[in-house]
Amino acid sequence: MNKTAEQYWKANIRLVGILLAIWFICSFLFGIILVEPLNTIKIGGVGLGFWFAQNGSIYTFLVLIYVYAKRMNALDVEFDVHED
Amino acid sequence: MDLQTLTYIVVGATFALYIGIAFWARAGTTGEFYAAGRGVHPVANGMATAADWMSAASFISMAGLIAFNGYGASVFLMGWTGGYVLLALLLAPYLRKFGKFTVPEFIGDRYYSRTARIVAVICLIIASITYVIGQMKGIGVAFSRFLETEYDTGLYIGMGIVFIYAVLGGMKGITYTQIAQYCVLIFAYTVPAIFISLNITGNPIPQLGIGSTMADGSGTYMMDRLDQVVTDLGFTQYTTQVMGSKLNMFVYTLSLMIGTAGLPHVIIRFFTVPKVKDARSSAGWALVFIAILYTTAPAVGSMARLNLMNTIQTGEVGSAEGNIEIAKVPQWMTNWQKTGLLTWEDKNGDGRIQYYNDKNADFAAKAESYGWKGNEMTKVDRDIMVLANPEIANLPNWVIALVVAGGLAAALSTAAGLLLAISSSISHDLLKGVFMPDISEKAELLAGRIAMAGAIALAGYFGLHPPDFAAGTVAIAFGLAASSIFPVLMMGIFYKKMNRAGAIWGMISGIGVTMLYVFQHKGIMFIPGTSFLGDLGPNWFLGISPNAFGAIGAIVNFAVAIAVSKVTAPPPDHIQHLVEDIRVPKGAAGAIDH
Repeated sequence: MNKTAEQYWKANIRLVGILLAIWFICSFLFGIILVEPLNTIKIGGVGLGFWFAQNGSIYTFLVLIYVYAKRMNALDVEFDVHED
Repeated sequence: MDLQTLTYIVVGATFALYIGIAFWARAGTTGEFYAAGRGVHPVANGMATAADWMSAASFISMAGLIAFNGYGASVFLMGWTGGYVLLALLLAPYLRKFGKFTVPEFIGDRYYSRTARIVAVICLIIASITYVIGQMKGIGVAFSRFLETEYDTGLYIGMGIVFIYAVLGGMKGITYTQIAQYCVLIFAYTVPAIFISLNITGNPIPQLGIGSTMADGSGTYMMDRLDQVVTDLGFTQYTTQVMGSKLNMFVYTLSLMIGTAGLPHVIIRFFTVPKVKDARSSAGWALVFIAILYTTAPAVGSMARLNLMNTIQTGEVGSAEGNIEIAKVPQWMTNWQKTGLLTWEDKNGDGRIQYYNDKNADFAAKAESYGWKGNEMTKVDRDIMVLANPEIANLPNWVIALVVAGGLAAALSTAAGLLLAISSSISHDLLKGVFMPDISEKAELLAGRIAMAGAIALAGYFGLHPPDFAAGTVAIAFGLAASSIFPVLMMGIFYKKMNRAGAIWGMISGIGVTMLYVFQHKGIMFIPGTSFLGDLGPNWFLGISPNAFGAIGAIVNFAVAIAVSKVTAPPPDHIQHLVEDIRVPKGAAGAIDH
């Protein structure tokens, strides 16, 4: 693997790592592990932990994929590995 | 016009549409049969993927499980959407770059082994058939209600329709049909949800309805009201009810997420987009279309529960006139009674129905003082809730007819996609790829269609006695995919040193552990009475339910694969180059070639 390809892969792994950390936080951490403390915060009669588990995590997932696609497409161009 | 006639018209019209499209876009070559010629736009592909993905489990079953499990059913909501993040970030772009038709093809090439390919095919077939059993349950429920027959009869008719439908067209037909199906099913799901949300809270957006106050002017929040109504009858509080334990919920969610990223009929979608770039955004588009239904489902479930409780408990709990008279039950209850999926029995002979939690010891004294002799709603099949929902809420007949059509669209589109994955596994991966390389295109297509017919018959047979509700059965299928396919795909891309022996033993041990656990609690091949450990919480390992065990299987898979690869020969150089090559988008094969 040449130098550029290696750097490209490292940048990719970093991006994926950050996004997966957020993925874990909004679903497993907020929706399951910390659900009771978060449920003490209520918005419109719905506990925040409950909301993350049933709605909030899904919205976050959408943003994550959007950011990933946008950042990766930019990385492709930056490292000149994009398709023609 | 009466409901029955209207339902026939709506269902008939949507079917004519699907079959018309399938016929118009009939697959001519094997390439088109499997992958729609790689010319599908990401938005169209996302919509078709969403239809493919959202099956009877999502449409018919999930909101019913939410209704009765409350917060606990969040595992389905997070699990079946979060998997798309894994799919988009870890698999889709690389598999598109690799550029073959099927998942076993990738595994066979990446692990330079026919054995690995055969093992992958077998794992896929096991997971896919289990998945189709779940669809058959949903189809059986929908048809039995629609034709007002028993569940078994509904199931047989459904099998016939799936057969005609899936065997006729291949992927290309299916892609366009699935776009039509998506439109029907999302319309059918959201319209009643909007009506019901308006009725209960006055807010037309269901996602906001669950955070609004009741429209009765009491100023009480809808969720607070629901919690109160269910706890008054001895049920567990809706918003805090856990499924098993928190550990079980964690593992369950994880299992569904990695299962999503390991199921062949979804992954195959990302082989059909023109570019690597499109594979990334396709997963996003698919999730957008899925999220519309998934964020509506919590409202559908909670409001259905509230309506159901209020239908039966019409007045104050414990008062003599507080419960509905059997002679005056609404039409929807007698309709569903015919299917055998909703039953009641007047245990205390007062001519009224009491619906409460008779397993709750704290509530027993109260129930006794009211003169109640046990819960009289003897069977409320969770899978009827979404279909019954518009009837419970007294919505117009055309909405009810539409929901039946939507449920059938969801079940049929997924069943067709899965059957296609099963048939391509057998005809393309096993026959052409391994046993009969010289097979003609025509013979390959024929073999694929025979495989489909066989799979339908098998799934229908198990559908007569499904291991769980539709969503539960589908969850088992996800567990099987999670424990076998996802780990080897991921390591194939991210761990260059993963080798043939590691992958093969990883898959075998992962799916083996999961199947053993499922069978020991659910019966061998799901046959009731053959389970050697009962399907009860106390028998479960760390309280993890069989439906959730796929995540443990996946961990076993990773561990065994890595351990075996450390003590066996590393993959040859050309494979390591192949891995380096799929990591960069440049040089991906064009859109139509194959």
